[in-house]
Amino acid sequence: MPFGNTHNALKMKYASSEEYPDLSQHNNHMAKILTPAIYERLRSKQTPSGFTLDDVIQTGIDNPGHPFIMTVGCVAGDEETYEVFKELLDPIIEDRHGGYKPTDKHKTDLNPNNLKGGDDLDPNYVLSSRVRTGRSIRGFCLPPHCSRGERRGVEKMSVEALDSLSGDLKGKYYALKNMTDAEQQQLIDDHFLFDKPVSPLLLASGMARDWPDGRGIWHNDTKTFLVWVNEEDHLRVISMQKGGNMKEVFNRFCTGLTKIETLFKDKGTSFMWNEHLGYVLTCPSNLGTGLRAGVHVKIPNMSKHAKFEEVLKRLRLQKRGTGGVDTAAVGGTFDISNADRLGFSEVELVQMVVDGVKLLVDMEKKLEKGQSIDNIMPAQK
Amino acid sequence: MANNFARILSGKRNVGIMSLVGAGSLTAAFLLNREHVTAGAQVRRVYPASADYPDLRKHNNCMASHLTPAIYAKLVDKATPNGYTLDQAIQTGVDNPGHPFIKTVGMVAGDEESYEVFADLLDPVIKERHNGYDPQTMTHPTDLDSSKLKSGKFDERYVLSSRVRTGRSIRGLSLPPACTRAERREVEKVVVDALAGLKGDLAGTYYSLTHMTDQEQQQLIDDHFLFDKPVSPLLTCSGMARDWPDARGIWHNNTKTFLIWINEEDHTRVISMEKGGNMKRVFDRFCTGLKEVERLIQEKGWEFMWNERLGYILTCPSNLGTGLRAGVHVNLPKLSKDPRFTKILDNLRLQKRGTGGVDTAAVGSTFDISNLDRLGQSEVQLVQTVVDGVNYLIECEKKLEKGQDIKIPPPVRK
Repeated sequence: MPFGNTHNALKMKYASSEEYPDLSQHNNHMAKILTPAIYERLRSKQTPSGFTLDDVIQTGIDNPGHPFIMTVGCVAGDEETYEVFKELLDPIIEDRHGGYKPTDKHKTDLNPNNLKGGDDLDPNYVLSSRVRTGRSIRGFCLPPHCSRGERRGVEKMSVEALDSLSGDLKGKYYALKNMTDAEQQQLIDDHFLFDKPVSPLLLASGMARDWPDGRGIWHNDTKTFLVWVNEEDHLRVISMQKGGNMKEVFNRFCTGLTKIETLFKDKGTSFMWNEHLGYVLTCPSNLGTGLRAGVHVKIPNMSKHAKFEEVLKRLRLQKRGTGGVDTAAVGGTFDISNADRLGFSEVELVQMVVDGVKLLVDMEKKLEKGQSIDNIMPAQK
Repeated sequence: MANNFARILSGKRNVGIMSLVGAGSLTAAFLLNREHVTAGAQVRRVYPASADYPDLRKHNNCMASHLTPAIYAKLVDKATPNGYTLDQAIQTGVDNPGHPFIKTVGMVAGDEESYEVFADLLDPVIKERHNGYDPQTMTHPTDLDSSKLKSGKFDERYVLSSRVRTGRSIRGLSLPPACTRAERREVEKVVVDALAGLKGDLAGTYYSLTHMTDQEQQQLIDDHFLFDKPVSPLLTCSGMARDWPDARGIWHNNTKTFLIWINEEDHTRVISMEKGGNMKRVFDRFCTGLKEVERLIQEKGWEFMWNERLGYILTCPSNLGTGLRAGVHVNLPKLSKDPRFTKILDNLRLQKRGTGGVDTAAVGSTFDISNLDRLGQSEVQLVQTVVDGVNYLIECEKKLEKGQDIKIPPPVRK
């Protein structure tokens, strides 16, 4: 799905040039990399589950992109997509992930003891701390391609695993299609509820099919560990709390993820992972760690400083509005997170956020006192 | 019939036995038992049908009303020769549960053969949507002889504009939910080539959505001709907006009274329109234009998708038969406030919409009034229904103006 292998035979009746998409108005990674020659070589292929080249690139064709923001423009329908369509995806990955080569190896490090500091970000500035990632369950197709049966299978297996968590991770699952009005309102108030995607980037890939069937939200009783089931990925795992104790957030994140992975292994499966790409997710931008560690931080002076963008770039950090990826900042409060996903381990990325945010807060304090920040400008990481 | 058959056989596009056979009740019966139409690619499935059966408990559309687990299990492994599957056909209905008051169709066809391969589901959907028309036993009359229309010039103190639209699909090419980019481009080429052959008051120009200049775009917007990428999830969930705006465009004649949309919801949508109440002239031009376009594509070996049991084949089952909506924008300030208005419309087999089209509300007291039916009645019959019905509505309005009472007319048909 959406138009799977059952149309590939039909397309082969036509010459490759007749089928080649018009990408003249496009500005996304897929459009930059795809050539008629690559299209010709790959168009007759499909993964064992039937995901085709056109399935991979449809979202990039339908969403030419923004002149200033470079979207990826393609998705995976299953784990094998990254192999079968390597010729297209490797250069896209290299372009998107700072020169990551097809022969590079990705390190996974979910040992929170390796994080230095992170428990002392100033809560007068750092309002909240959060770490998220995604996980895919090996053996199931990914959201752009899965059948209803598979999606329900992912849900069932995930909920069984999550239900066996205990201690401060003990929690409850709320299926989107069965929740009561009261439950829904509570989840909205907690800022936990996710809704059917409206972004055409996501819709064009087919991941919103059959909504809300098989989708739901699980969270622990203390509301600090949250799992989304079958949104853009099989699982999105989120650890969060108010204040600046990123170390605690990351501890819980690693503990929870490791426990969940163990539970899946007990059931005879595992997460999609390999030595080269790390954790495999739907969007190539989330490969590797799939990790975004971030804070909501009040930096009204720093954010107006001429060198703000440069500082972020050197620290390998990214800014967003507090509503998430497509929003603008409100009143000097920004969401600051790691820009990278692949080629650095989880510990390394969270370390960058911890160290970088500490510096940004120091800079903010200096600017408040009318001091210059020139002597504490960071080197490029 | 023999003429049709010979013409079909001589056509350049031979795309399988299915599409060649469009005539005769014997062949209709043959069509219904066409197990071998599923010569398409094997459908890949890892779960039993019961695990993939959609949850339709909150749904209110024709597909949901008729898709039982048994029918799903029977059809889910099948594909048309082009590879179109049941899951693809019903996706829009699964994704759009519907409105408690409006019953949408909830499924589409990906190609001509969908109507055969998935007949077990489509036939009951068609029957419900088209007021009891049974595709298994009935035949649909096609009649584009506009000279048969009686009267058809409305009182222009009430009728502001008149319009007739339909759709046509090019046989041998997949429909918008399923077509490949090359197929869509081929539809564009075939139709634009044909339209270039139109002459006289039908002569016109094609504006491709991809290549139009800003100025052309503004002119088309000002003329109310421009169509844009669909936003309705009913349409986008079916896949028909893929690759937008590739191979989409608008053609219209120089006098701006005959307009064709290419590759929007159907291969073509054909519209004849003008200000004022001369529905007869609108319908004349409609029929002449359609027949001329058909002749021109046939010269090149193409033809429209059509068969005796379903008439003209279009993407949405609601548009089968004639695919025809003939309507007016009419001012009915007094009648529209009368509590009997809806019943009068029902009995006249008419439907009201706002002047912005299907999903809009009326502004002031100007309504879009058009025929309800599409299948089972010919083009001439349906336009006559609109002519007679709108004349009746105007008579009611005039009576109410004079303080006289009006009557609900008897139903024009069952």
